[in-house]
Amino acid sequence: MSAALTLGDLSPQALDAALRGPGLRLRTGPWVFAIRSRLPQLLTALPALYGRHPLADDNTFADFHVEVIRATGLRRYIRPQIYFGIGGESPFSPLPADQGVPILEWGMNWCITGHAHHLLVLHAAVLERNGRALILPAPSGSGKSTLCAALLLRGWRLLSDELALIDPATGQLLPFPRAVSLKNASIEVIQAFGGDQLQFASVVRDTVKGTVGHFAPPPDAVERGDERAGPGWIVFPKYVAGSAASLSPMTRGQAMIGLIENAFNYNLLHRTGFQTMANLVQASTCRRFQYSRLDEAVQLFDELSCLPPGAA
Amino acid sequence: MTPDPRLPPHTDWAAWALAHLQDLPALTGRQWELIVVQARQADVLARLAAWLQQAGQLDAVPQAPRAHLLGALNVAAAQHAEVWQEARYIDAALQHLGVPVALLKGSAYVVSGSAAALGRLFSDTDILIPKDSLSPVERGLMMAGWLGTNHDSYDQHYYRQWMHEIPPMGHLSRGTTIDVHHNILPLTVRRPPDAALLLASARALPGFACLHSLTPTDQVLHSMAHLFHNDDLSHGLRDVSDLDMLLRAQLADQGAACWPGLLSRAQALHVEMPLAYGLWACQALLGTPVPDEVITQARAQAGIGRVHWAAMCWLWRRVLRTAHSQARLGGQGLAGFALYVRAHWLRMPPLLLARHLSIKAWKRLTAPKPAAVPGQGPA
Repeated sequence: MSAALTLGDLSPQALDAALRGPGLRLRTGPWVFAIRSRLPQLLTALPALYGRHPLADDNTFADFHVEVIRATGLRRYIRPQIYFGIGGESPFSPLPADQGVPILEWGMNWCITGHAHHLLVLHAAVLERNGRALILPAPSGSGKSTLCAALLLRGWRLLSDELALIDPATGQLLPFPRAVSLKNASIEVIQAFGGDQLQFASVVRDTVKGTVGHFAPPPDAVERGDERAGPGWIVFPKYVAGSAASLSPMTRGQAMIGLIENAFNYNLLHRTGFQTMANLVQASTCRRFQYSRLDEAVQLFDELSCLPPGAA
Repeated sequence: MTPDPRLPPHTDWAAWALAHLQDLPALTGRQWELIVVQARQADVLARLAAWLQQAGQLDAVPQAPRAHLLGALNVAAAQHAEVWQEARYIDAALQHLGVPVALLKGSAYVVSGSAAALGRLFSDTDILIPKDSLSPVERGLMMAGWLGTNHDSYDQHYYRQWMHEIPPMGHLSRGTTIDVHHNILPLTVRRPPDAALLLASARALPGFACLHSLTPTDQVLHSMAHLFHNDDLSHGLRDVSDLDMLLRAQLADQGAACWPGLLSRAQALHVEMPLAYGLWACQALLGTPVPDEVITQARAQAGIGRVHWAAMCWLWRRVLRTAHSQARLGGQGLAGFALYVRAHWLRMPPLLLARHLSIKAWKRLTAPKPAAVPGQGPA
């Protein structure tokens, strides 16, 4: 893997040729995306976000053929729009033309949530320490992404900031290292928290979710992109303004229900879904968490990571 | 010929895979790429997966494409479980009426254990009931939680007066959809079939009180009638694959005796035209062993002249294929439009059609646009 060509190795001309031609074959986690686009903004954003990611050669299977394309006709001139396309179809509505990075990121997530049904897929951020996974499941607005960004800036390895991927055969979590996304006020909060080591490669205002920023995953997240993690901790975060950071116990049954509410394909997987999730909850330490200050939060997670695996 | 990324586009690799199931275990990962990408779009990936599983060959597939096949198998398994459950609910809701209720197409294939159940994906349940039982059936379904989903008075009127089905009904708590048919083709076609013939020979499904399935011959003819009158051909290749599976099963059961049976039953049901194109499509697109003389007979029986036939086959070849940008043939857009117009032409006399299309166009122009947001978070 380490010898593989990375996106950052490509000259701007080679990157442009791949994006315009047969597709940029980007490997992230277990998948290869063949990406095509003629958008100039992606020529600068992709190396900034995915520069360290390996590229798959022409003889390797690519899982998804995706494209970001400009709407044609009058739309080319008046408030131009872009589409995310897969096989000539667009799974969701077009967006304004400056939203190339968000639409590509959302589209890649859509590929996984819509098709990766050999895995149990949850809406959650996942980080790793000592071979064990910290799963932060939570709906949008809970402060999950901010917390995830803070933890990965303090030494936790990022597996994914958006999707927990659990292999039913082994119960392990698969890394899917991608651009890390933050919204609105979180962008400045994390910029202040991360200091000089953090550069947002793309910030887009006025999306359907407000202002959306993306920064590159840390180098170790990409370099260890095929290193899986066993179950460790399941923590349901909640941002409560002005609160002191605190972890509180929850039963495994409550954790299971919480995970089901954040699952994409639990029902689809039937018995396998139940078994996989039950095993995951059984092997994990489950907690609720509320916080407002990131330093306190990071400290509590350091302490939590010292508990023996699966402690009740 | 095997999938090769260096070959020019315009090959429908999903159709190739369906016609070359025996060759699938030998393919490399890179050869699978075009098949997975296109078969997913054509809704036949689960069928390829189910065939490989049945043949004990799933492990021969390289790991990366195999993950997609396993995912597709999980989707099919979930849908099949849901179909069985819906069938039980429908049976319970309608058994007091004492009329036969026939499951149609995908759900019938699954519940009757037909060959075409293999890896079949679908979205709703279709049933066929006697026309004079429409009101009690609708009432029975409503009592069990299904409600009409279409509240547009023009659409309601249109369906009830001219179509062979009522607008789809959705279940209040399960979110499933049922399409209630009282015929297999719109009442406005020139010679509508007699649906009573289908129900009279339908077979009771073991374990159910009122659910039936059509005979294997009628299943073939219904699927063909549906496909070759339809204005929405987005599942065209999958439907041809169903027909391929059904015909191969009949051939295995009855041998060559199945062909005269299909020809004569098509006459009785007034579906000679769909039978002719259906047999041609299976042979031409998926290599189904339909003898040439049977296709010639079917064409003659449908009264289709040579020039007309050649033109129509040119059109069908362009539309009954994977709707993937890399699988497009020249003239595909034109063919799609021509067959859309044809479907409406077959469906209704021209004046009624003109009236219907102008009302629909006006409604589309004046309707508010629904907002759509890229999916994030579980549905």
